[in-house]
Amino acid sequence: MTAVPIPAPAPRARRLSATPGQIALALAIAAFLMLFLVLPVATVIYVAFTEKGTGTFTLVNFYDFVRTELFMRSLWNSFYVSAMSVVWSSVFALPLAYLTTRFAFRGAALVQTLGFLPLIMPPFVGAVAMQLFFGRNGSVNLLLDDWFGFKIDFMEGLNGVIFVQSVHYFPFILINLSAALRNIDRAMEEAAQNLGSSGFRLFRRIVFPLAMPGYLAGASLVFVKVFDDLATPLLLNVKDMLAPQAYLRVTSIGIADPMGYVISVVLIVASVVAMWLSARALRGRDYATTQRGGGGLAKRVMTPMEAILGYGVVILILALVLAPHLGLLLLSFATIWSFSPLPDAFTTAHYARVFGESSLYIKNTLIYASIAGGIDVVLGVAIAYLVLRTKLVGREWLDWMASAALAIPGVVLGIGYLRTFYGVTLPDGTPLASLWITIVLALAIRRLPYALRACYAALQQISVSLEEAAENLGATKARTVRRVVVPLMAGGILAGFVTSFSTAAVELSATLMLVQSNSDAPLAYGLYVFMQSAAGRGPGAALGVVAVILVAACTFLSHLIIERSQKAKGMGH
Amino acid sequence: MISRRAAIAASIGLSLVAPAALAQAPSGQAPVGKVTVVTSFSKDVTDPIKKAFEKAVPGVSLEVQNRNTNAGVKYVEETKANNQVDLFWASAPDAFEVLKGKKLLTAYKPKATGIPEKIGSYPINDPQGFYAGFAASGYGIMWNERYAKANKLPDPKDWQDLAKPIFYDHVSIASPARSGTTHLTIETILQGEGWEKGWRTIKEMSGNFRTITDRSFGVPEAVNSGQVGVGIVIDFFAFSAQASGFPVKFVYPTVTTVVPANVGIIANPPNKAAAEAFVEFLLSPAGQEVLLEPGIRRLPVNPAVYAKAGADYPNPFTDPRFQKMIGFDVDKSEARTAVVDTLFDQLISFQLDALKGVTKTLHEVDAALVKKPNPQAKALADEARSLIAALPVTEAQAASPELRGAFTGAKEKGARQAEVEAQWASFARDNYAKAKAKAEEALKAAK
Repeated sequence: MTAVPIPAPAPRARRLSATPGQIALALAIAAFLMLFLVLPVATVIYVAFTEKGTGTFTLVNFYDFVRTELFMRSLWNSFYVSAMSVVWSSVFALPLAYLTTRFAFRGAALVQTLGFLPLIMPPFVGAVAMQLFFGRNGSVNLLLDDWFGFKIDFMEGLNGVIFVQSVHYFPFILINLSAALRNIDRAMEEAAQNLGSSGFRLFRRIVFPLAMPGYLAGASLVFVKVFDDLATPLLLNVKDMLAPQAYLRVTSIGIADPMGYVISVVLIVASVVAMWLSARALRGRDYATTQRGGGGLAKRVMTPMEAILGYGVVILILALVLAPHLGLLLLSFATIWSFSPLPDAFTTAHYARVFGESSLYIKNTLIYASIAGGIDVVLGVAIAYLVLRTKLVGREWLDWMASAALAIPGVVLGIGYLRTFYGVTLPDGTPLASLWITIVLALAIRRLPYALRACYAALQQISVSLEEAAENLGATKARTVRRVVVPLMAGGILAGFVTSFSTAAVELSATLMLVQSNSDAPLAYGLYVFMQSAAGRGPGAALGVVAVILVAACTFLSHLIIERSQKAKGMGH
Repeated sequence: MISRRAAIAASIGLSLVAPAALAQAPSGQAPVGKVTVVTSFSKDVTDPIKKAFEKAVPGVSLEVQNRNTNAGVKYVEETKANNQVDLFWASAPDAFEVLKGKKLLTAYKPKATGIPEKIGSYPINDPQGFYAGFAASGYGIMWNERYAKANKLPDPKDWQDLAKPIFYDHVSIASPARSGTTHLTIETILQGEGWEKGWRTIKEMSGNFRTITDRSFGVPEAVNSGQVGVGIVIDFFAFSAQASGFPVKFVYPTVTTVVPANVGIIANPPNKAAAEAFVEFLLSPAGQEVLLEPGIRRLPVNPAVYAKAGADYPNPFTDPRFQKMIGFDVDKSEARTAVVDTLFDQLISFQLDALKGVTKTLHEVDAALVKKPNPQAKALADEARSLIAALPVTEAQAASPELRGAFTGAKEKGARQAEVEAQWASFARDNYAKAKAKAEEALKAAK
């Protein structure tokens, strides 16, 4: 039952083959992805394959890409930064996930919620807050310079990107790994302990390998997300990475040039390959355990020394990763904050300024992000089920297609949507693309990979024998999915929903292209509008704090709900 | 003084009457309903204007779509088949030239009076009438006083000052390829000092750059928060920051220009009457006065309105500094936009580390030469400077149709943008490496 290699054609998995219902489902998902992802994006990036002037098919643009020193340097830098970010994210995430799930740890839900916050860094204002704290003349460096006469370049060059990306995206690992750890049968740990294993060896040999699907789901997300992220490098003014290069070209004089789209294609291919590799790493191993979550057995208790160490590590990590949010909070109350460790004075005027309009933004954000998150988990569960439980030809393509969404720059998707749907009009002449549902669809497509990875990992940990048992007892496939598979995946589904929901709530790049009127605008757009002027910095920060609190509250609420429902089903942990 | 008072009174009187008059004026029917404007201006600018406009023209509501200039142009272009936008409203005249070139604007002749033909030497309105200037802006240098004090920086006065060793690693700019206003700054220096000399100045300044940001507001933001000491910006960024209480200062260098921010009606607008009413409102005394608000701080194009501004408010119509400013040739700028931006990116943005490295060595050579003059070291340093200043294209080539074709996606076959860029990048890389070697040789000789 542990992660031992088993012969490649898993005998149990083969038994399940496609039913007409599954085929219909696969076709429906494929149609959805074609319509809202592949088609719009294709209208923009086909340019990558055309010859200048004639428009005929060519690969010469890729030849140009390989020959350009800047692009090759960018490619290498992107790989380096992504890999290092995975390493550092793991360093942040592992202790938090392990301590809060496998031990009796007071405040575990709080730590989980707080540890999740870095993912919700509102655009622009988050960057300003981080600079004010860690920048060359941020609070930390001004104090260091004052006391010791030196500065640390937290936010300089590639290392700065790695630092910020690790702080920003480690929750992907935390949330997926935690879900996976909760799913491990505690009997495994107990058996190992009875056989004399303990401490780090227990973690390294038993617990961590069993949680591998969750860890890899998170790690591959971090890798691909960092690889494709353009906001952080741009905010640190690092331009020789691939995603910023694509963005800079698509949004400026390169707009008529194929090279920006060539880079987009390279990004998409690299992301799909990374996902494929992480899937391969798990192939031929079985991570499923029949017992879920240890059936109410007691959690391990730490010795006083371990407890001090444990809390110390958790507090240290949280202090580091939450510093930007503290900066944001200070900024939202600050009058003037310039070249000083702390603001000159404090005021609540910024909150008063955003109070009136924010309710509209909040309502829109909640509606958009929840629908997008909902679409994402439904698609995520369906795709994960089709890929892992059926033998449909080409089922992996659904997975890869959905994952490719991660690599598509938001602005490309935005332009694609305008091109594809603006010409389609409703009976009264309003273009389809001007309805708010278009924003929701764009958000759902952009955040689908997060939910998909979480659902995928959750399903990998469920033993097929449970479904077989249900079917032997006469349940239909649909009923089995509804009554057995989905409830058992609940933790993973929640993790997926929360990640999709909260990141959708602060998405900007595609939104900015698609928002048609202020009354349809989400919070991120409101933030953007404020953050373009000196006087808007305080109100922008206040709106940012509202966004963070909003998403954190929803996250905390969903943690509570899932815990309660698990306890109700006697599966509590 | 009395006559000026009278002028104010008249303008106020006019502002009270004007809205009523203008409500009927355009197209002969009263504008009603929703008018949509795509703009790059921040909420601090659009909110007061929206409020004043809706008060002045009852029955019309202004719908503001906030997008950065490039995204706005792209948006208007992508949605032209079923256009829902009435107006485009932004700073950079280049963006309007692009829209005009793509036939996405409607010509409209404003009826507002009291607005002169030119500001400085720049025509306020598009000669063909496709867009109208409503506020003027100049380009210059802003700096953070606290930062300057802590780092003992002198007050900069001119572009060349920023090339001095003391400013090494303290200056920031937005890339002209992404910021329409920075593009104008670069183009102003090139037109004011000439192609060769202008690029030399720009590259010498660039050797001192701390960062090159990808959006215009990134620069004032960094200066405001004290992350960078000095920024090259459009004036209202500094003025509005001052008005919000940030410890920043601003200066217009001698080679600069003042350029209008514009508004234009989109081709085939859904609500033409209201769009025209909005243009008229912006140009009316009431609309012009809103520009004086502390959060906006732009220079009105109606000279009479300055009477309502404070004494320290820059007035381009009376201040002699503005009269000396150079004339700006829009056609020349338009012809080489892509080439200038790409040159900046390939020679400076993407080679910044190399450029800074050799600049640092040259600063050290200068310091050593002050202590102990050495003609041989001086000659080597000058050689290095010439290598840095060298350009892969001449001024004539920059505006040539062949080179332009590479950047505009021209239908004819020709050089691909990527090819041209790779050539320029390797040109810059080689030259900076050679310059670095010379500079190090000079440093050895000087010591």
